[in-house]
Amino acid sequence: MMDFVGKKQWFFLVSWILIIVGIVSLIVSQVQIKSPLRLGTDFAGGTSIILQFNPPVEQSQLREEMAGLGYVEATIQNAGEGNFIIHTREITAEEARELAGQLGTELDSQVEITDYYFVSGTVATRTTRNAIVAVIIAAVAMMFYIVWAFRRMPKPFRWGSCAVIAVIHNVFIIVGIFSLLGWLAGVEIDALFITGLLAVVGYSINNTVVVFDRIRENVSRHISPDFAETVNASLIDTLGRCINTALTTLFVLLALLLFGGATIHYFVLVLLLGVIIGTYSSICIAGQLLVVWEKGEWRALLPFNKRIG
Amino acid sequence: MKRSNVYLLIFILALFGFALWSVIPLDRTVLGREGLRLGLDLAGGSYLVYEADLRAVNSSTADEVMDGVKGVIERRINALGITEPIIQVQNQEGNYNIAIQLPGVADIEKAKEMVGLFTVLEFRERDSEGIWVAANGTATVDGEVKELTLSSRYFNENTEVTLHPTTSEVILLFEMNGVGATLFEQISTRLMGKPLAIFLGDQALRGEDGQIIAPTVQAVITDRGQITGLSLVDAQELSRVLNAGRIDVPLGRWVDGEFEPSVPLYERTVDATLGQDSIQKSILAAGIGIVLLLVFMILYYRLPGLVACLSLAVYGAVLLSIFKLVPITLTLPGLAGFIVSLGMAVDANVLIFERMKEELRGGRSLGAAAETGFNRAWTAIRDSNITTFIACVILFWLGGTLGAFMVRGFALILFIGVALSMFTAITVTRTFLRLIIGSQVVTNLGAYGVQVQTVRNTK
Repeated sequence: MMDFVGKKQWFFLVSWILIIVGIVSLIVSQVQIKSPLRLGTDFAGGTSIILQFNPPVEQSQLREEMAGLGYVEATIQNAGEGNFIIHTREITAEEARELAGQLGTELDSQVEITDYYFVSGTVATRTTRNAIVAVIIAAVAMMFYIVWAFRRMPKPFRWGSCAVIAVIHNVFIIVGIFSLLGWLAGVEIDALFITGLLAVVGYSINNTVVVFDRIRENVSRHISPDFAETVNASLIDTLGRCINTALTTLFVLLALLLFGGATIHYFVLVLLLGVIIGTYSSICIAGQLLVVWEKGEWRALLPFNKRIG
Repeated sequence: MKRSNVYLLIFILALFGFALWSVIPLDRTVLGREGLRLGLDLAGGSYLVYEADLRAVNSSTADEVMDGVKGVIERRINALGITEPIIQVQNQEGNYNIAIQLPGVADIEKAKEMVGLFTVLEFRERDSEGIWVAANGTATVDGEVKELTLSSRYFNENTEVTLHPTTSEVILLFEMNGVGATLFEQISTRLMGKPLAIFLGDQALRGEDGQIIAPTVQAVITDRGQITGLSLVDAQELSRVLNAGRIDVPLGRWVDGEFEPSVPLYERTVDATLGQDSIQKSILAAGIGIVLLLVFMILYYRLPGLVACLSLAVYGAVLLSIFKLVPITLTLPGLAGFIVSLGMAVDANVLIFERMKEELRGGRSLGAAAETGFNRAWTAIRDSNITTFIACVILFWLGGTLGAFMVRGFALILFIGVALSMFTAITVTRTFLRLIIGSQVVTNLGAYGVQVQTVRNTK
């Protein structure tokens, strides 16, 4: 029988590494681009256009040309299949057309503006504030719901906390990855990123609740006097379901990432990462946190513990 | 076969049949709905948001004035021949916004020009060549004699429509302020028996019948007057725009307490042909993913997997039917919401089947295993989906704030999809499975994805 609970320190170690890499990336990003995440048009204001090049051009070529035309500060994201998302200062649709025309001539490619998007700074500030509020309300509301759903168990608050910690862990990892993509590949976060993140929060909690539900059932059936063993048995019971559900969703998301449009390219990436990490955390993190709390083995949480190996 | 199962089966088949009938083919008109309503990112078009400069307006009448401004913009946009524009006035934290959706507009610059114009209506007369020119008069303003054009600026705010008590003729009553009375007196004296047209920018106002509204001057007008011969709808509309046009309400945006006219707060334009392209791509992508998903379900879960596929077909048809009949605007993020909800629908089935397999391995009979599977899986399905509902409600709120209007489609579709998935998993899958097991057509456990050797003997 696989021992998911016994190997918990290894899982915690993996998570710590991912989180620490994320934090380092946030700091590097703050130093390099003056922001822990590269803020898109929704949060920073300005103009964003999607250019479709036929035949496709190289991102580096495009960056050079843009700089030559006086758009040094522009962020360029590759959205696949010759599509580029360009975020720059406020320019009118007219100026955008001019820019596209010049780029087309210089790079010898047919170019079309498929999407023109302009946001004033004042709206951007409001959107940023609302997005932060939304994420906080979501976390608190879900925690209360889980505490309520597990109210018949001893210490329901513990179940809610562990589920929310697992979810915050997921959010941290995804934010870390996007921070990394931000300063390495110019990937920006926008309102859809927050949407994806909240959807991932819902999905992760969903997964964790399925696992917790099984633990709840197995505890009341008294399958083992040892809580750690009960949790491990529950994890194995739900393993097939967790993996199958994740796989079926991943099929569709992967197809959408590879062949879907440029507008939702990075949104789908958030969902894809969220499904993978959400599944990982519900199998390898959430239940194990319950065990740690139950047994008071707080030292197991430390990233570099002597007992490993 | 239990009678209740038969009733449920009839209900499900009727629902499925209705859903299929309503969505095939998609562009057929059903119950007044034609095709799916596509959002800007799929159909192409523009979305513009402006802030109004209401410094010159008394705050108690702001709602009314904005209503008038909306009417004025509607007229201008309709004059451009744009079909089905959606114009909304939003009050956000004391700032009035006007949000304009223009589906499939090619010439956005022209549309913006029209929107950005002032809301004041001008009166014009015909010159000797029959061309409409401004109807001017002279008046003394602040001790200076000026040549001024008669406009809605000089109307009091109390323009109203009444019906003549005996003839029921529609009458538009108006009052002029001091300068207006002086101007109107000179102009109406000069134009006795001649028409006077009303212009918004360089467009004449037109009535319902498409004719220019140009009442003939029948008496000298000073501080009050009336217009007759208009249809009721035209009179009400004219009264609304005259009231709104008393003051200039420039549209633009506020930046650090300064007003910048004509610059939108928010603008998005999506090319119509390329919107079409992303529809096809995304639908193809989703289609490939869904086929993979169905194949996986059948290979892994065998007969129950096939039942799940049937259940998902009902799910898909009913959801599409809801999209079309409500109607719900479909956007790219909405499509992603549909995919995630499909994942949840599959999840509900997977939860049930995994439970059922376990019960079968535990040695229960097929019927008992299926029932226990459903009952045990239900708490997990319910508890896990409620957290998704919470996320959706919060996203819906976030999507209502200005910069994130794309978010709403995702939240709404995810919510509906997950709610429907709970219904299909519990009702549709259960009924199909009960009928197959009850009919005893397939009793081989292998068909239910359980290897016979792993079945423990019953105690």
